[in-house]
Amino acid sequence: MAVRGWWTGRGIRARADAGPATGRRRDGRQWFTGRLGAHADTVRHRLRKGQLGPAPALLALAVIWTVFQSLNNNFLSPRNLSVLSVDIVGTGMIAVGVVFVLLIGEIDLSVGALAGLSGALFAALSVNHGMPEWLAVIIAVICGAAAGAVQGFVFTNTGVPAFVVTLAGLLTWNGLMLYLLGPESSIDFSEDGLVAQLTGRYFGSAVAAYGLAALGTAAYLLVSYHDRRRRTAAGMPYRPTGEIWARTTLLAVAAFATVYVLRRFEGLPLALLIFLAVIIASDLLLRRTPYGRQVLALGGGAEAAQRAGVGVARVRISVFLVSGTLAAVGGLFVASRLTSATQVPGAGMLLINAIAAAVIGGTSLFGGRGSTWSALLGVLIIQSIASGMALLGVESATQFMITGGVLLVAVVSDSVARHAAEPRGRA
Amino acid sequence: MVQPLLALRGVSKHFAAVQALVDVELEIRAGEVVALVGDNAAGKSTLIKVISGVGPPDKGVIEWEGRPVYIKRPQDARVLGIATVYQDLAMCGNLDVVANLYLGREIQRFGILDEVEMERRTRELLQTLPIRIPDVRAPLATLSGGQRQVVAITRSFLSEPRLLLLDEPTASLGLQQTNQLLDLIEELRDRGAGVLLISHNMGDIKAVADRVAVLRLGRNNGLFNVNTTPQEQIIASITGAADNSAPHHPTSPEEAWP
Repeated sequence: MAVRGWWTGRGIRARADAGPATGRRRDGRQWFTGRLGAHADTVRHRLRKGQLGPAPALLALAVIWTVFQSLNNNFLSPRNLSVLSVDIVGTGMIAVGVVFVLLIGEIDLSVGALAGLSGALFAALSVNHGMPEWLAVIIAVICGAAAGAVQGFVFTNTGVPAFVVTLAGLLTWNGLMLYLLGPESSIDFSEDGLVAQLTGRYFGSAVAAYGLAALGTAAYLLVSYHDRRRRTAAGMPYRPTGEIWARTTLLAVAAFATVYVLRRFEGLPLALLIFLAVIIASDLLLRRTPYGRQVLALGGGAEAAQRAGVGVARVRISVFLVSGTLAAVGGLFVASRLTSATQVPGAGMLLINAIAAAVIGGTSLFGGRGSTWSALLGVLIIQSIASGMALLGVESATQFMITGGVLLVAVVSDSVARHAAEPRGRA
Repeated sequence: MVQPLLALRGVSKHFAAVQALVDVELEIRAGEVVALVGDNAAGKSTLIKVISGVGPPDKGVIEWEGRPVYIKRPQDARVLGIATVYQDLAMCGNLDVVANLYLGREIQRFGILDEVEMERRTRELLQTLPIRIPDVRAPLATLSGGQRQVVAITRSFLSEPRLLLLDEPTASLGLQQTNQLLDLIEELRDRGAGVLLISHNMGDIKAVADRVAVLRLGRNNGLFNVNTTPQEQIIASITGAADNSAPHHPTSPEEAWP
């Protein structure tokens, strides 16, 4: 696609006249501060327009941790944080799928029931029918994907609102789960099996753990520098070196501190590593690929996306497929934590927590804005409240009310940010 | 005789009980600007959507360089080289300027979006415009109406279209920007592209169009040479004071062009 357009031709001429390139060389210092100023301008512009990113959620997490730590010294103990880091994974996986659906401006109410169904299906197949665990896992995940795709297909092709389609799904999958669990309404499975290991395995090796933290930090630094080099080569504004180092240092501190704390209890939990891998992969998928761009475009306006040539139906179905798949995966982690498939996950808290986590973490309910990192942040906030309340011996009634308050604050700030982002005056 | 770039033959379209277009005929040749005018609800925007593949016709034939073509999806139109600026702009407010410009035709490297290259080209394109876009990475919703209009127009020019459809492109532009857009339209025409321009502004039409096609209540109501036809006559056709609806069986295509 050549861009030798009409406007381009003029631009090249205009720039040659102005000759900014020579100006740069003449006064490097002034040019540098100019660049910094421009960067600060950009940041200010974004802040004013209500694009706060993850800042409010991070702040909330810091406040919650400080408050609970001051009330109970055990809250930030390695043991409690380690338990927390595994407890978040089941709900967090489901929340990542919910982020995909929220991004196109829809909602999936079936994720909790699908998670329950996935656990029950795995247990029924492996325990009652003697199937190898790995095969039962694959079948459970495929069934989740298929269920999600069916819901997406019905939603796309009938025009019935997604919340109704997935509400029907919720009842159906919940019924199927109860049927699979049988009259006992729970199936226990092996504590040494594959699924039990998902949340039961920890890596204690210092070399591997710190190596992983170093590798992650180095990868981030390399990607940042590569991006910066390409931008410099193209003569475009780039992140100042200081900012790259500041971000990398922050990441390194977070990574090494996490490893340090977790190693003081049992080591790096496998579950947390899988969760982080899923978040990083899905974040890259959404931000860096044409598919992700199409998902976001759909959230920004289905009509506009369609006119730009985006296959709207295909993207919609795929998003529900992703949501169903991750719900099934999350269900396996939830079951793994209990080494038992029970009807607890289907009871509704899982669904509510997963959606609340995505929204509290900063993904918009109105579509088009958000990231899968919000699933991590949101679920951390929710589980921190739950864990802190449990430590303090507060009953769950209070815990629900506080989580509800946090959710309300998140939704209100989402709504306010949305209005701030809208242009004033004529459209 | 040179085949017209695009020809509509007896195109009709209805929405439920409303006949939006009835047996509409229209020809656009390469290297000419045709203005499409008409009162509200005359079917102008519907006609644009027929050509751009957003709302395919119920009846009638679309010919591209003399060959009948089927434009059923926006992609079909794009493949032919048709670019469109819609009246409602049709852009994603949550995506930034770069993403909107390249939506549906992203530049990729190994399946990954090449953000740097897309941003470089975007800056190159926008640098020429007097209107300042504070941040090409700002979501479109944070830009003003005029700025968004510029982005929409830039997007349509990006693909070097052979036929450009513009639905009220000057609606939220200032005087200087309007003049610049008209210059661009002329440049595009001089390069041999066809342009279909919907506008309410007779001044713009006088300045840039070669012919004016009038739609009234979904039907053709006259086709005029801009330079030889008094403005009053065109306005009379728009309002319905003059009935110039083409006969249903034109004797020859040439006769339809005064």
